Amino acid sequence: MKMQKRHASKIILPLMVAAIFLAAWHFLVRISGSDLFPTPLEVTRGIIELIEKGLLLKYIVASLFRVTWGFALAVLIGIPVGLLLGWYGRAFDAFNPMLQIFRPISPIAWIPVAILWFGVSDAAPVFLIFLASVFPITVSAIAAVQNMQPVYLRAAQNFGLSKMQLFRRVIFPSCVPQIITGIRIALGVAWLVVVAAEMIAVNSGLGYLIIDARNAGKRYDLVVAGMVMIGLIGLVLDLLVRQLEKFDEVKWGYANR
Amino acid sequence: MNFPGKNSGEQIHVLENINLQVQEGEFVCIVGPSGCGKSTLLNIIGGFLQQSRGEAIVEGDPVNGPDPRRIFVFQENGVFPWLTVQENIGFGLGQKSAAERRHTVAHYIDMVGLNGFEQAYPRELSGGMRQRVEISRALASNPEIIYMDEPFGALDFITRLKMRSDLIRIWQSEKKTILFVTHDIEEAVQLADRILVMSKRPATVQTVVKIDLPRPRDLDSPGYLEKRDQIFEAMGMSLRIGS
Repeated sequence: MKMQKRHASKIILPLMVAAIFLAAWHFLVRISGSDLFPTPLEVTRGIIELIEKGLLLKYIVASLFRVTWGFALAVLIGIPVGLLLGWYGRAFDAFNPMLQIFRPISPIAWIPVAILWFGVSDAAPVFLIFLASVFPITVSAIAAVQNMQPVYLRAAQNFGLSKMQLFRRVIFPSCVPQIITGIRIALGVAWLVVVAAEMIAVNSGLGYLIIDARNAGKRYDLVVAGMVMIGLIGLVLDLLVRQLEKFDEVKWGYANR
Repeated sequence: MNFPGKNSGEQIHVLENINLQVQEGEFVCIVGPSGCGKSTLLNIIGGFLQQSRGEAIVEGDPVNGPDPRRIFVFQENGVFPWLTVQENIGFGLGQKSAAERRHTVAHYIDMVGLNGFEQAYPRELSGGMRQRVEISRALASNPEIIYMDEPFGALDFITRLKMRSDLIRIWQSEKKTILFVTHDIEEAVQLADRILVMSKRPATVQTVVKIDLPRPRDLDSPGYLEKRDQIFEAMGMSLRIGS
């Protein structure tokens, strides 16, 4: 009974908040008398216009394509590098200071360098997304190995596993829950960065849509339409990654929710 | 045997001249005051800790790290949470064929009474059941010796009693040598063929008490109480609470 109530409130309450938000938005625009900033209705019309022109799907696909590539590269490199740095203390001592210097440099600061190296092509945003997501993934993999419960390691060593088997059968699986958390953070950052990169480095994608709509005719209804789409897709991406946490092999790593 | 302390440079003299003769198939308990080094001793013979001086020799060979012929059961439970019960129990059976592995796993699941939980994950089990998984994982790999470091320390009183009687039943059918560390004197008298009582640091073996009580053991029998009191006395403890 209580569970059902909780379930219903999880749907009804957010919808109510959204309705109040949209109404407030609508009336505030009306009261201000602005003819540039759009009402929610005008934004909806803007989205329909983009769909009819075939631009919306094209730009979403372009943005997702770049995120997929940059992010996949970051996963493929970040996880093994992180596991190795977490396991070999000397390698960690050697590389960690450099990692900590590169990590706080915003991917946005790399945009000029990316254009210099890759020109106005897909490679530039892919590179930027890679940079944005590789650090959270690597750092979470390092921390996962370093915080591993020593009893798992001891139990595994007791059975005479080789180093390769130890990595595959114990170290990696024990680190997966924390790596997934890193992946979630990384995907969020990657989605932030793709929009910024597309505003400057390419001629397609949701980021380009926003900057182009403003520059070519101050179409703020399309600017906000782009923002709405970015938010919605970000939500969907996070929900997808959260599905990873539901596998039986990793569930133990999260507190009961 | 010396052992490096927690603060660098400080050496804690933990263990002194300990010699252990254990018969094959014997159940030996090590008891002693907390902090005396009994866990350290077991971890050194198990190959998980490196002594700073002296030598640890098991069956004639110096110990150079953990050995699959001698499996450790940990107090904090070393069952892998990402594997099911049957995958955990089969963990040490890498070289065997799939059919053989399945057969062995089924045998030990039955022995520790985990039927119906083959596909369960450790987080779905109680503390006692998780410890059963770890014990059958140790047995399944067919070691010569099983080292147990306060394996029931985290369990409640009732579960602990049940686990003890099950452990004795399993030990009787498997005929494994067991070296069992505990601070619980009653537990030691209920389980062991022989009890090593250790002294405070630097620890030595203070006395060895042979427990020749018949099994199943009656916890009210005069023989049991006499052995228990003998060990209490050896550890310099009073049997009266309050003044």
